[in-house]
Amino acid sequence: MSYPVLGGGFFLAGRAAAETKRRLREAGLAAELVRRVVVATYEAEMNICIHAVSGRIHLRVENDRVKVVATDRGAGIADIAQALRPGFSTASEKARQLGFGAGMGFANMQRCADSFRITSEVGCGTTVTMEFWPRPQTEETGP
Amino acid sequence: MKLREVIEALDAEVLVGQDLLDREATTAGAADAVSDVLFFGRPGMLLLTGMTRAPMVRAAEVLELAGVVVVRGKRPDADAVQLAREVEMPLMACPHSLYDACGRLYVRQLSGPLPVPHRPRQPAPGE
Repeated sequence: MSYPVLGGGFFLAGRAAAETKRRLREAGLAAELVRRVVVATYEAEMNICIHAVSGRIHLRVENDRVKVVATDRGAGIADIAQALRPGFSTASEKARQLGFGAGMGFANMQRCADSFRITSEVGCGTTVTMEFWPRPQTEETGP
Repeated sequence: MKLREVIEALDAEVLVGQDLLDREATTAGAADAVSDVLFFGRPGMLLLTGMTRAPMVRAAEVLELAGVVVVRGKRPDADAVQLAREVEMPLMACPHSLYDACGRLYVRQLSGPLPVPHRPRQPAPGE
């Protein structure tokens, strides 16, 4: 499955995440796993909306393993290490005032995903690849 | 705490979900950034926020929050109201500041979700 995401209109952010959630619930995945995938997908979607020209979010489910690939055409990221630092953001002042660009997007993605990979080419675009699988029940499953 | 008790405590106006006020808010949390909501939001949590656009309603939807209260006398934008109707997310507006609104609920025994403990990454099955 794959969903298009438009850049620029960050007020539309969240559609792909909501659709992803519906699909994963239909597939019968555990609520805790679904929540992590959806949170990470929403963050990836917001990044495309805020920073890119356009993008796509690809979703693949194999048994209880989920793979999300968010890829965009846009400015790309020159310094990935800096971009990954919690709190760092290049979102516009206007975007921040409206509740976007907290600089926690990649931190949230990394926290939720069980594997996280990012590649980017300046002037071309960025691809984030995340995989998820169930975590042991003994761990915190959310307050 | 039921949403109808929340609106009474906050002098809030119900914009969406007049028929959903028996819904129970098990915890509450406050944030002015979507990422922060995504970080600590849990099912059944009531969100108090100064955000007024649709993406915060989306966050509430995907996290299965109990409802959203927009504070400081702000009005949610039309896109937020419309989405809240579509996804049946109770949406309220109250005149109090974020701090005061939280305090009003806290003294009525509605507390936040527990802190999220650090979770070490697990190896992939077969890794």
